[in-house]
Amino acid sequence: MMTRLTIDEVRERVVNGTQKAADFAASFYGVIEDKNPKVNAYLALSNERAMAQAERVDAMAAKGESLGALAGVPVGIKDVLATKGVATTAGSKILEGYLPPYDCTAVARMEAAGAIVLGKLNCDEFAMGSSNENSAYGPVRNPVAMDRVPGGSSGGSAAAVAADMAVATLGTDTGGSIRQPAAFCGVVGVMPTYGRVSRYGLIAFASSLDKIGPLTRTVKDAATVLQVIAGHDEMDATSSTRPVPEFGEKLERGVKGLKIGVPAEFFGAGLDEEVRAAIEGTLDKLRAQGAEIVPVSLPHTKYAIPTYYLVATAEASANLARFDGVRYGLRAKPAAGEVQTLGAMYRETRSRGFGPEVKRRILLGTYALSAGYYDAYYKKAQQMRTLITRDYLEAFAKVDVIAGPTTPTTAFKLGEKADDPVAMYLADIYTVTGSLAGLCGVSVPCGKSREGLPIGMQILGRHFDEATLFQAAAGVERLHG
Amino acid sequence: MSEDKSNRGVTVEEVRRVAELASLELGEAEQLRMVKDLNAILGHIAELGEVDTSAVEPMAAGIPALPDAVAAQDSKDALREDLRRPSLDRAVVMAQAPETDGVFFEVPKVIER
Repeated sequence: MMTRLTIDEVRERVVNGTQKAADFAASFYGVIEDKNPKVNAYLALSNERAMAQAERVDAMAAKGESLGALAGVPVGIKDVLATKGVATTAGSKILEGYLPPYDCTAVARMEAAGAIVLGKLNCDEFAMGSSNENSAYGPVRNPVAMDRVPGGSSGGSAAAVAADMAVATLGTDTGGSIRQPAAFCGVVGVMPTYGRVSRYGLIAFASSLDKIGPLTRTVKDAATVLQVIAGHDEMDATSSTRPVPEFGEKLERGVKGLKIGVPAEFFGAGLDEEVRAAIEGTLDKLRAQGAEIVPVSLPHTKYAIPTYYLVATAEASANLARFDGVRYGLRAKPAAGEVQTLGAMYRETRSRGFGPEVKRRILLGTYALSAGYYDAYYKKAQQMRTLITRDYLEAFAKVDVIAGPTTPTTAFKLGEKADDPVAMYLADIYTVTGSLAGLCGVSVPCGKSREGLPIGMQILGRHFDEATLFQAAAGVERLHG
Repeated sequence: MSEDKSNRGVTVEEVRRVAELASLELGEAEQLRMVKDLNAILGHIAELGEVDTSAVEPMAAGIPALPDAVAAQDSKDALREDLRRPSLDRAVVMAQAPETDGVFFEVPKVIER
């Protein structure tokens, strides 16, 4: 089937002319037309832009010109990433109909490598959520089990790959927003090291944590996309200037001799028994293939959720101050005959434009930063972040990667946690620590529950050592085909 | 659940004050909901009090200071040259503004006389 090919398979056909990029794009739009009304992964389609790009790629192929790593590959983009002239809402009513005047660097780099951008993918509002139920445009459904959530916040990005509505997608990860939906939908999702990928054109949530990364069906595809989007960008001063290595160089090497750290703290209370069994079974098989399984300790893991929710909400309260009805997006108009003040315009715009979870986080962040509470909450959280990061640096002195479950459970049902913010936050328990430490990480499928729900293994790597991360992930992928 | 003394909890007045700081307007029901939710979250956050962090440096950056061998791969010169370069086209930017005269963003009157 045309829509289940890997990046290299699509590219090869487009380059040698056996299949046209335009036909690939049309096939994917056919699948989207069929499945999206139920899954709700795409919020906007960019047909014109996609078909123009496909024709460009096909013309280059016909002339025998050299083509990029993503030539003709249909992709989808999370709706927190700016796309010039294509509606970008961040899943929020406050940005309904917003047409960005420029492209996000990661998207521009993918298109320069020949990718065909099919459209924009649904997500939790401003990437705040773990189930995609916080989107102002309706929840995404998990294509594996339609009564379940796809995870979040990059739920549309994971669901689109799982339902063959894109070969690869971009998501963003602040506390687990790529890895957790990848685990729930049974796809590969990569969070690169902090600074590896430019965030220019990313609608910011928490700037010391936000990262852009790929979701794909295979580990190799993820390495290919990351290769394209990685590297310094002068439009983002936080993007790293260090050279970008060949991410796929160790994919075929196997896991023999690889030291895999396993933290006891990732196997405590709250971990579903089927998830535990799948992870432990996978670790046993990796050991049988010559990997060394090393117990490590991350003693501050139990404080990760409160630490994360203080740091992330404090930063969010500052970042989201820009949505004020002046330069773009929604503006609340005065009622007939009413004289509106500037302050009232701000308040009415923001109150009408933001959904409940975004308001909750802005309030928590504002509270944590407010006079008299700063030291007790925000500074305290930053100090905890140091301790959590130190745990990792000590563990990585002994091991090459760290592995465990991505999530404590498989995908839960729509509505199951929607009314309980703390229960929802706890779904991120294994992913937030790696985010706080600025590490790279991946979720790779490693089995299914009896009900057929996907289970993901999270692997975390040293800062800027994505190549070893992919080596380990490829080892897991080979076990599970 | 027993009452946690270290967490006296936020009141509806505090929620109103914080909403004002954040330029948000909450209805009565929304205020009560936020009091409940913030207290649930702050109850969880109170666990951080168990750890003595008095001698710990706060981490503000997205990535820790890395060992010298790793950090050496970064360019020493992180500053770009201070050059004039094209910015976004005004007409394209203003096309997204809710209220504009084509040159400026328009807002309600700021100073009352």
